[in-house]
Amino acid sequence: MIGYSVEKEYQGMIDAYEMAGGDRSVLQSKEVAKLVIHENRVLSSDGVKGIKIETEETESGVNINFLVEEGAKIPRPVHLCFGILPQEGLQEIILKVNAQDNSEVHVIAHCIFPNAVKVIHKMDADIEIGNNAKFDYKETHYHGESGGIEVIPKARVKVGKGGVWQSTFTLSQGLVGKLDYDFEVFCQDKAVAELVVKVYGKKSDDIKVWEKIHLNGIGARGLAKSRLVLSDKAKAEVKGETYGNAPYARGHVDCIELVNGTEAVARAIPIVSVTNDKAKITHEAAIGSIDRKQIETLMARGLDENEAVDVIVRGILR
Amino acid sequence: MLEVENLRLTLNGNSIINDLSLHVNQGEIHGILGENGTGKTTVANLIMGVNNYKPTGGRIIFQGQDIADLSVSQRAKRGITLAWQEPSRIEGLRVRDYLKLSGNNADAEQAKHYLRMVGLEPGQYLDRDIDATLSGGERKRIELASVLAMQPKLAILDEPDSGIDIVALPLILNGIVEMNRQGSSVLLITHSEKMAEIAHRVSILCAGKIIRTGAPLETNQWFKDNCRTCPHINEPVDEDERL
Repeated sequence: MIGYSVEKEYQGMIDAYEMAGGDRSVLQSKEVAKLVIHENRVLSSDGVKGIKIETEETESGVNINFLVEEGAKIPRPVHLCFGILPQEGLQEIILKVNAQDNSEVHVIAHCIFPNAVKVIHKMDADIEIGNNAKFDYKETHYHGESGGIEVIPKARVKVGKGGVWQSTFTLSQGLVGKLDYDFEVFCQDKAVAELVVKVYGKKSDDIKVWEKIHLNGIGARGLAKSRLVLSDKAKAEVKGETYGNAPYARGHVDCIELVNGTEAVARAIPIVSVTNDKAKITHEAAIGSIDRKQIETLMARGLDENEAVDVIVRGILR
Repeated sequence: MLEVENLRLTLNGNSIINDLSLHVNQGEIHGILGENGTGKTTVANLIMGVNNYKPTGGRIIFQGQDIADLSVSQRAKRGITLAWQEPSRIEGLRVRDYLKLSGNNADAEQAKHYLRMVGLEPGQYLDRDIDATLSGGERKRIELASVLAMQPKLAILDEPDSGIDIVALPLILNGIVEMNRQGSSVLLITHSEKMAEIAHRVSILCAGKIIRTGAPLETNQWFKDNCRTCPHINEPVDEDERL
């Protein structure tokens, strides 16, 4: 904290966000709901009509209450920006989300740790999506090249009747460090859950992904999708679980892990379970090297082998 | 432009390509006509250098240089490309980006032009991924569009008509002819006499060997009369003996 005034911190976060590919004008716009947190300090918090954001700083992070009011359709994405700029630090985000009935919102979260050497970022989220509400959550991480970071995002999501939860977690810039992702969704009648994880592991990155979807309501649908690319000595274990517990529930687990090199290690554990004879769950998992024919397809257009691999990797993580 | 001399490939003790010789002239559409299993795709793979196929004998000369030891990229950079019979699907790679990288940074207008040439509406396809959401026929047409975008010196087209519906087939044929008009030589690999009609010359492949080369009409007729009813497919005999 020493040497970091609020103004400097904010400027530092905005600069880091822009360097990571973000558009700083979005975080400065008054028409956009946003929340910027550095370590355990709230640097900026703005709601818009239909959104209420309440925060409480704690010793190691921030507690957040995020409310989307009943029937509110938020026209522009809400931006969350979390990060730690120094080399060391701990950030624990306790997030409570209540998206009330018939609301709709798109949330984009940027998690920025450009200098991390010994950093821990935890998020523990308790999320309720109301009946016929729609919540689209995209979380993108920007890490530095040291790998000295531990990221632990956990969420429990309850989706009401006819509600939709869609989340995409992307960590493909910089070294992952250690990742322990754990999202679990419970769906009522005709609710939809889509969990997508995209991670590029390099060097000694250690990745654990656990996606769980419980299709408890009639006609509920779920997709647990993961795309991982591993090179060097990175290792990953992906568990995708889907439970069909109600009539006409439909679920699918879709995992692809590409291993580029001889030392990376990938494991996939799909678990599909059905407790109702009218439910149906499917899964597909593919682990292996990048398909030779895909590489040669691009080489036949004049790309070098490394360029071809890069195009394929970028595609799968897009 | 392309001279293939006494090309041989033996896999697991089986002779797949047997002293195959072939000559493709500059500016020519050269058809290779053959029944299933005669080695058509293997010839395409050997010339392009894909699928880990290395000739066990013979030479592949392109514009005066033996290319048999070059990588796929090196061959492509010299102006050779291949449209696969069953093109790969690449998740997350959009059609516009595929055409751009194929066409040496072809811009959006050029990409639209190439899609229209193969009968695809650009507005519906530019932002789609070349993944499993495309039908086999759509993917084939995008493959041909990417070859058009590349403007190669030699395009090897492996069964470009397979999986193409009857409405789109004339567009594919026109696309190949137009590609040729714009300066690309074409090695057109097919099992269809109809397709081979657009070629300037046609060679008949049997058991990994070219057994006859000539003008399309006569050669196609010979293929129809002999190969379609051949009692010993892929066991070539001397032409005189066969007749």
